[in-house]
Amino acid sequence: MVTYIVRRLFTAVLILLGASFLVYQLTALSGDPLHDLRESNSPNKEQLIQQRIALLDLGTPAPIRYFGWLAGAAKCVVPFVGQCDLGYALNGQPVTEALGRAMGMTILLVTASAVLAIVIGVSLGIVTALRQYSGLDYGVTFMAFLFFSLPVFWVAVLLKEFGAIGFNNFLRDPHIPVSSILIIGVVSAAVWFVCAKGSYLRKLGSAGIGFLLAAAVMWGLSVTQWFKTPGLGLVVIVICGVAIAFGITLLAAGLKNRRALYAALITVGIGTVIYFPIQELLAQATGLMIFLLALATVLVGLAVGWLMGGYDRRQNMNAAAMTAFLVGGLILLDRYMQAWPAYFNNGRINGRPIATIGSETPNLQGDFWVHGLDTFTHLLLPTVALLLISLASYSRYARSSMLEIMNMDYIRTARAKGLNERTVVMRHAFRNALIPIATIVAFDIGALIGGAVITEQVFAFAGMGQLFVQALDRTDPNPVMGVFLITGVLALAFNLVADLVYSALDPRVRVKA
Amino acid sequence: MSTTSTKPVAATDENKEGLSQGQIVRRRFLGNTAAVISLVVFALILLIAYSSSGMFGLPGWWKYTHNGVNDLVNGGRPTLQLFPLSLGEHPFGQDRLGRDTFAQTMRGVQISVAVMFLIGLVGGTIGVVVGALSGYFRGWIEAVLMRLTDVVIVIPLIIIAAVMGQVAGRAVGADVQPYFLGLFVGAVVWTGLARLVRAEFLSLREREFVDAARIAGASSARIIFKHILPNAVGVIIVSVTLSMSAAILLETSLSYIGMGVKAPDVSLGLLISQNQEAFQTRPWLFWWPGMFIVAICLCINFIGDGLRDAFDPRQKKFNAKRAKAAAVSAHSETGTTSTTGV
Repeated sequence: MVTYIVRRLFTAVLILLGASFLVYQLTALSGDPLHDLRESNSPNKEQLIQQRIALLDLGTPAPIRYFGWLAGAAKCVVPFVGQCDLGYALNGQPVTEALGRAMGMTILLVTASAVLAIVIGVSLGIVTALRQYSGLDYGVTFMAFLFFSLPVFWVAVLLKEFGAIGFNNFLRDPHIPVSSILIIGVVSAAVWFVCAKGSYLRKLGSAGIGFLLAAAVMWGLSVTQWFKTPGLGLVVIVICGVAIAFGITLLAAGLKNRRALYAALITVGIGTVIYFPIQELLAQATGLMIFLLALATVLVGLAVGWLMGGYDRRQNMNAAAMTAFLVGGLILLDRYMQAWPAYFNNGRINGRPIATIGSETPNLQGDFWVHGLDTFTHLLLPTVALLLISLASYSRYARSSMLEIMNMDYIRTARAKGLNERTVVMRHAFRNALIPIATIVAFDIGALIGGAVITEQVFAFAGMGQLFVQALDRTDPNPVMGVFLITGVLALAFNLVADLVYSALDPRVRVKA
Repeated sequence: MSTTSTKPVAATDENKEGLSQGQIVRRRFLGNTAAVISLVVFALILLIAYSSSGMFGLPGWWKYTHNGVNDLVNGGRPTLQLFPLSLGEHPFGQDRLGRDTFAQTMRGVQISVAVMFLIGLVGGTIGVVVGALSGYFRGWIEAVLMRLTDVVIVIPLIIIAAVMGQVAGRAVGADVQPYFLGLFVGAVVWTGLARLVRAEFLSLREREFVDAARIAGASSARIIFKHILPNAVGVIIVSVTLSMSAAILLETSLSYIGMGVKAPDVSLGLLISQNQEAFQTRPWLFWWPGMFIVAICLCINFIGDGLRDAFDPRQKKFNAKRAKAAAVSAHSETGTTSTTGV
């Protein structure tokens, strides 16, 4: 195993050297870094040109200059030699500094969409595989192909137009007209109809329920002016919490496991009890505090599950911890919603909350919650755009992986020995279907950090992709190399991780030393 | 041998009739409604795009060119009518300068599709050659070629394509620049296919028919091209088809950020990039090119999916509907509930 990893790392270094040499030469070939100065009218033009030549060492030919860059970059990996030196950008800024900021932005941008895409995509894929050739399967397949075919810049412009400008206009007078309520109801009815299982009559019945539910909710939101002063309130949190408790228990342990169900319900109860006391604490929240609270929530869930006892404590603990985490999320969401009017009426926002570009409102004054909402409104559209596009491939992968597993002999064996369908699907099939998906996820995370070039460009998000494109546009080799270095190292590292994860998860796969 | 019945047959019949691999694939593909519709739509789009504004120096039937400036008719709004169907003066509308959007979009489709096919062709060829050589010969050839593949893979695709597009844009004239872009991008997107083909070759070269051919004195070239490649053709076709849908998105994205096709030529991505600011005032400038990208990409995805199903030998096992139909017919024939052997 160790020999294998060492050998892989050694090859990775060689590959990185070769690729970085290529990229450096190509960037140098692609244009003239003095282009903007040559055309400028400034009186000290010659001096500026000399300055830049000295800064970027343009006197030496590119193949030799590469080794100078390499010497600087090598300092990043060799300890005790000195600081990382990735050279300077055209404007004299050190590349390491620009990279650090850009990477933070990109991670901010891609994390939420990646997590959501994986969760939603995989669940969709699993559900469609379990109900192959149903209306739901065809519908989801078609949507997946459609999303797969959407150019992200096109989606982005549409989102800006309808998601931001349209929604902001709507917020000026949040009154939903009857026609819109009916349309939303019909759409909801169609979704319920497709998702429902069983006879035609039953499908129609659930379509009716879907129509009534959606229309009632929309009407309620409109009448109470919910969009002006949103909030969940204790009642909604309790109702959702109980629903979550039942749902999680159903998936994690089965409703027959009463101890798991009671453990989950008890955590909902705890959440209800501390809802009012915790508001005091949340008023002076910081990021660290939220993290610690989330940790505490999960620990409480685990503890409740453990205390319930029974022959299989792990199931109780899983169900209770997941329920606790989600209920905590609801309370957090509620707190964010309470801050909405303050954000909405802030002078910098001026009643148009959903932003189309950038990552934050400059000079925004406000507490933790207002800043949180600001980040949320800025990330909303790019996240949706990225989500739509990566959702499709995950759902396809998950579907085919699950289909393959469900046709395995050991699934038939599991059914034959009388296990119920939940155990067969969740324990025997789902876990094994996740193995190939885990490796794909590892690949994707490596690619994502440097990947959202177009999305960043459209939403004017100052991340890695934008840094790269702008540097390339100015034939500025050092930032290009910096971005490449990070994406290359991550790609190779996650490639190795993917292989190791595969062999760890699937004992049939052995890595060859 | 010949296909006399036109209705789709149950999977079991394919074995009985003794159809060739090609016939089975064709029949399965034609039984896939979505794929066939997509093929027809794609052919129609190509037909309209290439005939309307002409190609290879031939004149087209459409009266305007993509860069000719005309008088604004009806404020530049689209004149397309569905009931009754009439194109009008400018069916897709005009931009601020009065250029005809229909001609622009059709020209964009031409360029984008040409670049897409080029990428597929170049990438497919390199991928097959690299994969075949490393999978068949193994040893140091495999080591070198696969490390080379790793080098290309490690550089994120859009980064290499952007650098190449930049170089191509400055090195050659404007009218052949899109094709250079296609060539260069094709030269870097072959990595996935190369790995697939290599894996396929690795398993096929151990089979008996390859040993038989070798004992009969066939040369390596003959074994590769006549014996192994035909067996790997399904994987190759499917992968190339699906990579082309990625290629058109890549080309339009590159053109959108200004590193692909450049003005005065047009591509679908460039059109959207030029017109997105005008979304409020002239939305049609934005809608038409976008719809064509989505339509082309969707068609190719469905065609690729249809091909995959058609080539996949395991498909029989998965097709619940056919299995059910076969079971029902077997049940009615024999009157027993036991499953009949195939």
